[in-house]
Amino acid sequence: MMISAITTSARAAARTCLRPQYSAVSARGMNLRVSTAVRFASTMRYTTDHEYVLFDDATNIGTVGITDYAQKALGDVVFVELPQVDSEVTQADPIGAVESVKAASDIYAPVSGVVTEINEQLNDQANLLNKDSEGRGWLCKIKLSNPSEFEALLTDKAYKAHCEGDSH
Amino acid sequence: MIQQTFRGPSAQAFLSYLCPTSVSSLQPYSSSLSVLLNETGGIIDDMIITKHANDNEFYVVTNAGRAKEDGEWLSTQLQNWNATQGKGKGKEVEWNKLEGYGLVALQGPKAGEVLQKLTPYDVSSLKFGQAAYMDIQGAKCHVARGGYTGEDGFEISLPPDAAVEITEKIANSSGVQLTGLGARDSLRLEAGMCLYGNDLDESVSPIEAGLAWVVGKDRRATGDFIGAERVLRELKEGPSRRRVGLEILGSPARQGAEILSDDEKTQIGTITSGIPSPTLGTNIAMGYVKNGYHKKGTQLKVKVRRNVRDAVVKGMPFVPAKYYR
Repeated sequence: MMISAITTSARAAARTCLRPQYSAVSARGMNLRVSTAVRFASTMRYTTDHEYVLFDDATNIGTVGITDYAQKALGDVVFVELPQVDSEVTQADPIGAVESVKAASDIYAPVSGVVTEINEQLNDQANLLNKDSEGRGWLCKIKLSNPSEFEALLTDKAYKAHCEGDSH
Repeated sequence: MIQQTFRGPSAQAFLSYLCPTSVSSLQPYSSSLSVLLNETGGIIDDMIITKHANDNEFYVVTNAGRAKEDGEWLSTQLQNWNATQGKGKGKEVEWNKLEGYGLVALQGPKAGEVLQKLTPYDVSSLKFGQAAYMDIQGAKCHVARGGYTGEDGFEISLPPDAAVEITEKIANSSGVQLTGLGARDSLRLEAGMCLYGNDLDESVSPIEAGLAWVVGKDRRATGDFIGAERVLRELKEGPSRRRVGLEILGSPARQGAEILSDDEKTQIGTITSGIPSPTLGTNIAMGYVKNGYHKKGTQLKVKVRRNVRDAVVKGMPFVPAKYYR
């Protein structure tokens, strides 16, 4: 996801609020990962554009969303544009968008594959992204055509470092 | 923002030459929105002009984002003016940038209450569009009632030595919160106000921008300002495009989105600013459309990413202004 605010001023505003909010994000991300790991043997990985993929290697399906860090930076989400079910996506393709009161942000496919499901609940409850972006606020599910793409995404630790601005 | 003063025996004549506003009919200590125009009637910047005690003392605020362009333009114009017999020669204009001065905007329905606690000046006597020097915590500050939010409020110019201290004093007052530029952008758009760089640029004339009201009546008759030819022609014949307000159904439309005719066959304009309005709960935007598509209620389409959305032309402001008059 790329946070592409509309005006220089809005962009500056979105940026300034990114940093101080991080610690809460990492704590939440870790919790989610631990609890799901027990049940599904799933792992979560991240893009530098603040999308996450929660990958289930039993079904080869990845649940895609934006991170808690990203939702906090965006502020109140008012509209979510989702991809079509059954559409084929290639890594880095724009597949949707998140609109908040202060910015419009494109969502890029973190992995290649076929969209198997979208979160229809977001059509009338866009604010699920604020409430629970890494849980009930997921965006879509993608059946991975190339699981090695997932392995190449950022680990929790690397994503955390990226958010703190010292990724190498 | 850049704060500056223009003083000298021909200051009023100089500013009248630079902008289409009826500078001569401004009352002492009152302000007007205006525009700096280039030779072809395009807007170099928008600005607030305040007349001080007499016709040859003005306080002008321009955009920091246009400091370079404004500075070059004003320097050139001033040099020519002061060197020309019958204009500024012998009655030179002096231009001073208020370097190191702070400028804070205190905005909202309780702004007057908050300011009153910090100054002995009778704040209730100052109306929208007026300015005064007030003693705030022992410092002489220039205060203009108005702002960029559509709400009651003040733009307070702070002398360098007192800028930080007074800003902290205001920020720490009960009921005051610091606000980000994103929130301010929402308010100015709800108020139908232009943002230079989005809704205004050097190709846009004040008539296209819906700012015909900044062109004074007396100035229309005389046409003695830079860029007058286009401004007067467009006033008479109508401009080829016009800034309009839009409400978009479904999804917010942002800067750069294409505006299409209702049958989706032709692009008739472009969105220049757009947000989901926090106050109204609808998606509002402004943009330029071809003349003829600008009437309130006109059905249009806006292309947001891959989807075409219904849109309708709305009057501005989207949210009625609440000025202290």
